[in-house]
Amino acid sequence: MTSLRRRLFVILLAATGLIWLSAIAWIFVGTRSELEHVLDTRLQEAARMVSSLVADRGMAASTAIAAAPGLAPEPGSYERQLSCQIWSFDGHLVARSSGAPDENLSSSPSGLSERTVDGEPWRVYTIENAAAGVRVMVGDRLGLRDRLVADLIKGLLWPAVLIAPLLGLLIWASLGHGLRPLNAMAGDLRARDGNDMSPIDPGRAPSEVKPIAEALNGLFVKVETARRHERDVTAFAAHELRTPLAGLKTQAQIAIAAQDSDVRRGALNQILRSVDRTTRLVRQLLTLAKLDASMEVSEVESVNIGDILDEIAEPAGVTGDAVRIVIGTELRGLTLRSNRELLTLAFRNLHENAVQHMQNGGTVMWRSGPDANAISVEDEGPGIPAEDLALVTQRFFRGRHQSTVGTGLGLAITEVAIQKLGGSLLLENRQDGPGLRATIRLPKPDWTYPAGRSRIPL
Amino acid sequence: MRILVVEDDPILADGLEVGLGLAGATVDRLGNCADARAALATTLFDAVVLDLMLPDGSGLDLLRDIRAAGDRTPVLLLTALDETPDRIRGLDMGADDYLGKPFDLDELAARIRAIARRGGGRAAPCLAAGGVVLDPSRLSVTRDGEPVVLSRREFAVLSALMERPGTIRSKGEIEERLYGWQEEVESNTVEVHIHYLRSKIGREAIETVRGLGYRMRAAN
Repeated sequence: MTSLRRRLFVILLAATGLIWLSAIAWIFVGTRSELEHVLDTRLQEAARMVSSLVADRGMAASTAIAAAPGLAPEPGSYERQLSCQIWSFDGHLVARSSGAPDENLSSSPSGLSERTVDGEPWRVYTIENAAAGVRVMVGDRLGLRDRLVADLIKGLLWPAVLIAPLLGLLIWASLGHGLRPLNAMAGDLRARDGNDMSPIDPGRAPSEVKPIAEALNGLFVKVETARRHERDVTAFAAHELRTPLAGLKTQAQIAIAAQDSDVRRGALNQILRSVDRTTRLVRQLLTLAKLDASMEVSEVESVNIGDILDEIAEPAGVTGDAVRIVIGTELRGLTLRSNRELLTLAFRNLHENAVQHMQNGGTVMWRSGPDANAISVEDEGPGIPAEDLALVTQRFFRGRHQSTVGTGLGLAITEVAIQKLGGSLLLENRQDGPGLRATIRLPKPDWTYPAGRSRIPL
Repeated sequence: MRILVVEDDPILADGLEVGLGLAGATVDRLGNCADARAALATTLFDAVVLDLMLPDGSGLDLLRDIRAAGDRTPVLLLTALDETPDRIRGLDMGADDYLGKPFDLDELAARIRAIARRGGGRAAPCLAAGGVVLDPSRLSVTRDGEPVVLSRREFAVLSALMERPGTIRSKGEIEERLYGWQEEVESNTVEVHIHYLRSKIGREAIETVRGLGYRMRAAN
């Protein structure tokens, strides 16, 4: 694992060091040329001064040299910066400053020149004084010039070397400070227990960290929604399973306690009803468990839709006398390559749902359409409130409409079965009147239309 | 004691109506929040048994609404979710007690008596006035230590009077305590019950306040 802080630290420190070094190199080059220029000018000035003193005042050459600044010995590290020689045109050394070598400093008759004398490189300015018949040479050691530049650079480098660790410390600390929001977020997340899905406060976090915080918050919302859904299902399930038990227990206690035989008989009848309902609930639960457990549809055969619907409609027709069941003639002879068991399960649960919601009678209509690969069933019940349409296929969900007959599992079973067959279930309220329309769509290649028809007539 | 049962499961609701009736209560049952809201706004109940999951919403919402409206009727929550956080939530929203399904009918009756008693501002389980002592849990009445046999209605009239001895109870109030909405009330039934009660526990025990109603004498 690479530490972001360490990486940034190295990069920042290296970059700072590099900038410093380039600055110093620049200063070195710049100072050097400037220094050359200044010192050369000084050589020229000194030479001219000595020359003029010799010429105008008829001063003795040695006195003239002593009078010129910089030529006399000075205290300090840069003493005797300049040396001066006065040569007659005929080649005699007329005078020289103290510390100046005996040897001729320059071979050129006038102007700036460089020469090595006694193993030391010199820079010399020569000026001819025709009136006095002398040639004045003023020079300084190049080594001295180098030392000057070196001292200057050293003066710059030392503070840099001393400051570098301080700078490093500063960078390290600032990085720590800059990364604190991340650490705070990590600390916040670490300290949470599994149930805490409250959003992270991106409050003071820098803009680079905010997207992470926002993404995490988005994730929290999704997880929380999923968990709430799960909790809801658990709550619905607990309600659906425990309420019949509570009813059974209460009625049984009444049957035990009642003195009146009518009351006792009533309670026993209620117990029977409750057992019937609970039996149905258990059957539905087992069906759903079986559906969940089976991975894929194994047995596929040619299934006649009309036959299945006849089979389903028969017992339901007995229970609700007022409910009329119509099976479209176009469904007769319609066959589908599918799993008979799953298809029956889906149709039966849809059918029961339709019949159950028509306490006041009406027609349950099975027909093909609206698409070539779809079958729909319409009832004349109250329909489902729009906001509940997406929820009714959830397990144990019982809509807000008064229905105490269902188990809350029927539509869930239908949807799971249809999905296993590769199809889809669509629930919608009818536009042409009260009631619900459920449409089952199954994969097109599975359908076989009756002979002589290319598709199902709508 | 008049109790409102709000429960949508028909078998359980029937069990509560009959069972609590056997325990001496007059029970009205409703199956959804909207009806319960209307009933609570118009009728005074001694206690409410409220299911949490109702077809048109949560019992908790109903509870919060009636508490916000200042209704202090004692409420016992019935629910399938009886884990501690659920109980805490229910109680914090204004419930007086909590029972998880399935429950014991006798325990439910006892808890209802308890919350109704507290709702009436009493702590003692038995009602006493003069020499008459009424025990709601056993549906028994004694006069000077001697047991008195009362019918269910007579018992209900006597409890209504004994809950606040010395306070006048109007005929209408007593009728409301006696009959659920389903039952027909005959115009002179309260007078008839009072007549029989007087003959059983003593003529002077119940006083008639002309034009206003009846009251229990606090002491002999």
